Amino acid sequence: MSEPLVQPAPRSAELPDSRRRTLTKGRWTRRNISRNWEMYLMVLLPVAWLIVFMYLPMYGNVIAFKRFVPARGILGSDWIGFDHFIRFFQSFKFREIMWNTFYLNAYDLVFGFPIPIVLALILHYAPWQRYRKTVQMVTYAPHFISTVVMVGIIMKLFSQRIGLLNVGLLQFGLQEVNFLGDASWFPHVYVWTGIWQSMGWGAIIFLAALAAVDPELHESAKVDGATIWRRMWHIDIPGILPVIIILLILRSGQILNIGFEKVFLMQNPLNIGASEVVDTYVYKVGLASRSPNFSYATAIGLFKNLLAFLLLLAVNRISKRLSETSLW
Amino acid sequence: MVRATDRARSASTGATRIRHAREDRLFYLINGVLMTVLFIIVIYPLIYIVSSSFSDANEVLAGRVWLLPRKPSLEGYRAVFEFKQLWVGYGNTAFYTVFGTVYNLLMTMLVAYPLSRRDFVGRSLLMFLFAFTMFFQGGLIPTYLLIRSLGLLDTRAVMIVPWAIGVWNVIITRTYLEANVPNELYEAAWVDGASNTRMLWAIVVPVSGPIIAVITLFYAVMHWNQFFNALIYLRDEKLVPLQIVLREILVMNSSAAIDDLMADITEEQLLEMTKREYLQALIQFALIVVATVPVLVAYPFVQKYFVRGVMIGAIKG
Repeated sequence: MSEPLVQPAPRSAELPDSRRRTLTKGRWTRRNISRNWEMYLMVLLPVAWLIVFMYLPMYGNVIAFKRFVPARGILGSDWIGFDHFIRFFQSFKFREIMWNTFYLNAYDLVFGFPIPIVLALILHYAPWQRYRKTVQMVTYAPHFISTVVMVGIIMKLFSQRIGLLNVGLLQFGLQEVNFLGDASWFPHVYVWTGIWQSMGWGAIIFLAALAAVDPELHESAKVDGATIWRRMWHIDIPGILPVIIILLILRSGQILNIGFEKVFLMQNPLNIGASEVVDTYVYKVGLASRSPNFSYATAIGLFKNLLAFLLLLAVNRISKRLSETSLW
Repeated sequence: MVRATDRARSASTGATRIRHAREDRLFYLINGVLMTVLFIIVIYPLIYIVSSSFSDANEVLAGRVWLLPRKPSLEGYRAVFEFKQLWVGYGNTAFYTVFGTVYNLLMTMLVAYPLSRRDFVGRSLLMFLFAFTMFFQGGLIPTYLLIRSLGLLDTRAVMIVPWAIGVWNVIITRTYLEANVPNELYEAAWVDGASNTRMLWAIVVPVSGPIIAVITLFYAVMHWNQFFNALIYLRDEKLVPLQIVLREILVMNSSAAIDDLMADITEEQLLEMTKREYLQALIQFALIVVATVPVLVAYPFVQKYFVRGVMIGAIKG
């Protein structure tokens, strides 16, 4: 886990014997520790931050198993076991929320993952350099639009009566569509505007991988008379496959971590049936409610985080077995 | 097998070679068409927004703007510039972005440099502790309760202090340092009597220009676009960043800003619609542009750094 991508080759082997001792990596030698005491001072602040702001909240999850009363603190509150979890599983919201969370993510994965790869291939084989550069720059740009502004733009384009799309539909004599206030439209608008915003940025990584494919393979395939289409299929795709798999694993681990902001901002009472996801529900139960229930909200969040983590482990293991590519 | 015979055949006859050349030309054609289609899909909404922001609001609402501005007007921008809460938000965002980014850079370098040193005992444990937080987090409510108990709610610090380090940025910085500063250099500096702190200043920082540019940009954009933390941790109107103000007007169609401006509108402008709708159209398009311009203006100049950042993180895989 310490090296999410590929391990760099150790360098100490190239050095003369006399120096190798001091450079052996991470050995528990007194010399290494005492000589590098300053570095322990350096990491003091970041490590303190890590413990306080990252690991303490992990510990704070114990209130999911307690009836948390702020006045009594985390330690002073009474244990109640799995009551909050059971309440959530039995709540009428459970199925809807879990389904929405899973569905939006899966939809986004199925279309949002391959499209940047296709875009990267298109750009990689674009014949005119100038035009290609322009297209690249323009397609990366939406990545930098903030979520709030993005949702503002979505409203300008999809709203009823005055939204660009509906104006167009009316002018062609078609029926208006309530894109934003209809639960059945919500997933489509959510996913495709997301793809619009992120496909260019997502393509960068694949473009880099494509550029690293050995050109000699292409040369010899050309001599053998292979068409571009064939070379793409038999040389480029296998060449970038490791990158694809790593990103796919990472993405699968995020399958329940739908971005809170965009869903939250696009929510309205009319589409709530399709737009209530775990994160927005946790926010409502735990923070936005008039009588916030911290423990119950924590239990829901913890359930989701654990599920997402297990999913990542599972996908990583499957990938390790099938393709020998894994995160660690 | 099939591929081998296939290849032999195509190499042997000139006719197939010509057929393949034709296929390749067809490929380029389809490729160019697809690229153009995608290009239009991405750029068209952007053009529409900008054109609408420079048009007369009546034209926009009537659906007559579809590519270029109609009856060009700067009314929307005038209204935006007179809207005070927006500038309070801008100021706050600038504050959080500048101080937050400096703090992020310091903290990231302080941990990335030791992690890049092979002779730093405990580096793999430390890396594990950081990387683990990418895959499992404490969650919203425990984090909120922690921040509340630290007394950070509704302070400027809450937008900066708890968000010190992005693990991904640590990873790319460490990777960059490992690739660009050979261990022999540290070893030589050590022999010459340099301390590790001095090595950071005299060896690491001077060669880190590109990576510092990259992570500065990543952090700065994160702060500039920050919405979630402000939603959760800030109530005070004087402290909220730009994105919160934008949400009120763009997403919630809040009336506050619009009430402010109601007085200035003449009767003729109201012939086709209500005051409210007119003002919303007037202000919202201009606001989208004004809020995004700082990032997009800088964008062409810094694009290559961003791209490089993504590549440093990826190319080793």
